[in-house]
Amino acid sequence: MTVEPGSGSGHSAPPVEVRGLVKRYGQLTAVAGVDLTVNPGDVYGYLGPNGAGKTTSLRMMLGLIRPTAGSVRLFGRDPMESVHALDGVAGFVEAPTFYPYLSGRRNLELLAAFDGHEAATRIDHALETVELSDRAGDRVGGYSHGMRQRLGIAGALLRDPKLMLLDEPATGLDPAGMRDMRLLVRQLADRGITVVLSSHQLAEVEELCNRVAIVQTGKLVYEGEIAALKRSAGATYRLSTTDDARALEVCRAQPGITDARVERPDDPGEAHAGEALRARRGPARICFAADEAAVGELSQALVEAGALIRVLAPQTATLEDLFFSLTEGSDGADGRLPRVAPEAAAPLESAR
Amino acid sequence: MNPTVATVYRWELFKLRYQKRTYLGLGAAALVPIIFAAAVHFRHDRHGGDFAFSSYLTRSGLAMPLVILLFGAIWLFPLITALVAGDIFASEDHNGTLKTIFTRSLERWQIFGGKALAATTYAIAAILLNGTVAVIAGSIESGFNSLQSLSGTIVSAPKALELVYVSLLVYLIPIATVVAIGLLLSTITRNSAAAVVGTLMISLLFQLIGVLPGLGGLQPYLLSTQFNAWQGLLRTPIDWAPIVRAAWVCAMYGVPALAAAFLVFLRRDVAGG
Repeated sequence: MTVEPGSGSGHSAPPVEVRGLVKRYGQLTAVAGVDLTVNPGDVYGYLGPNGAGKTTSLRMMLGLIRPTAGSVRLFGRDPMESVHALDGVAGFVEAPTFYPYLSGRRNLELLAAFDGHEAATRIDHALETVELSDRAGDRVGGYSHGMRQRLGIAGALLRDPKLMLLDEPATGLDPAGMRDMRLLVRQLADRGITVVLSSHQLAEVEELCNRVAIVQTGKLVYEGEIAALKRSAGATYRLSTTDDARALEVCRAQPGITDARVERPDDPGEAHAGEALRARRGPARICFAADEAAVGELSQALVEAGALIRVLAPQTATLEDLFFSLTEGSDGADGRLPRVAPEAAAPLESAR
Repeated sequence: MNPTVATVYRWELFKLRYQKRTYLGLGAAALVPIIFAAAVHFRHDRHGGDFAFSSYLTRSGLAMPLVILLFGAIWLFPLITALVAGDIFASEDHNGTLKTIFTRSLERWQIFGGKALAATTYAIAAILLNGTVAVIAGSIESGFNSLQSLSGTIVSAPKALELVYVSLLVYLIPIATVVAIGLLLSTITRNSAAAVVGTLMISLLFQLIGVLPGLGGLQPYLLSTQFNAWQGLLRTPIDWAPIVRAAWVCAMYGVPALAAAFLVFLRRDVAGG
């Protein structure tokens, strides 16, 4: 799929501003006060376990659901107040849906007619972009899941968007489809389109996104840059020696070395890791946190203690590691993965 | 008409072309008079003599659309109307397409207006189709002849033809209320079957209320009574009273139903699909 360069964002207000967003259904609180800001040009990951409130939040951003409290602004406009707030905005939540008894092209013609302006002139190009030109005349009822996802993207491209809101666009796609979807998102971003991407594919988000928001049970547990999240985890190292028991004693006694422990592949702390991941991580090893100077001194101390180093390597926490740590286990008490949420911001004023 | 409402209206009519229920309703509207004419032909041919409305039906084919209107007023035409009115919003929930069209550049009231107009157009088309086929089938069977009015006077064939179509138009007043009720149930239930059956049930319920002992005083104000208001046109002079009453009684039911449907549609959350 290819996306040609076009005009970037011409709006001065941020593409997305959410303040104190709440949605309750009776006793159930689906979204419990979310604050986030998406800046122009961001590829913004919106992550969370199932039932965390991601799709509900996206529906409120698109004006499909009325918030119980709080506000949403798209380029400074409230999507519940006016449909023009969605000018320059496109996307879909969950699976994109169409009229099954109409062809792909007819569905796009209908959507283009509703959009007006020059949307109809973009149909052929949109179909080429998502590689559906040869199936455009077939009824959507006969499309595969991947074809419907692509048609959803085509429908979004008709609007010449400055902001795309995509809810798990790669769900249900085969590996080639996932690859194509990643490529498309990257091309959209290169074109200057701001993308908000909800996904369960954490490796994909880590590859594509520069900023993320992580929600759990309707609450924001982190918002910011992925790089900053990784830095907040601190520098950690893994160590394997000829005498790990002795080495562990040395680590725990060494100044500047903290949280020294043995991690085994079947450690409960690794319970979320699959068999393949644990196998890749190999046998038990010692893990600890330290700065570079302390690591140097530790090396000397290990040699003096007779525990010769086999492996001493820095560990980079993956987004997956940090995500599980934020949403399942650590409350940040150990200081390694603090739950960082932005400070409450002032309520938004309506755009005029 | 607002251009966007017109766009929605055109596309709703286009979509109707691809749906089976469209042809189910129009097919019934066209077939009933053909079957009726055939039944008159065979009944008169074999048995001669009298059957219900035989003197009218055998003397002039222009009686056929009026007799069909009389028999079909309470259930046939409301059912045909409900097939589309009860489905036109609920089908969006069934297909999950409400979230698709709500994220385009049109207001919800424009969507509502286009769909309401399309449902009304379908009802009008079905009734006019039925009437036209009945005129043709009846004329083939019994001739394009003058008609005897309910007052006993003889009305010329051209005048009778005019009265037939004006009767159909007057009948559209309560049918417009049925459309409004169908739209309301379609938006509330979000289920086509429930909305279609519910619309028909409401129509029959009114008729049932009208025959309950002790409630005769309500009869002039029941929706079911207004389905026969067109008969005032067949009197000499024309009795406008039932027609005028049909207009405001139907508005009494239809306007709140339409307004409620509009408000439900305007404010609903699209949490599924």
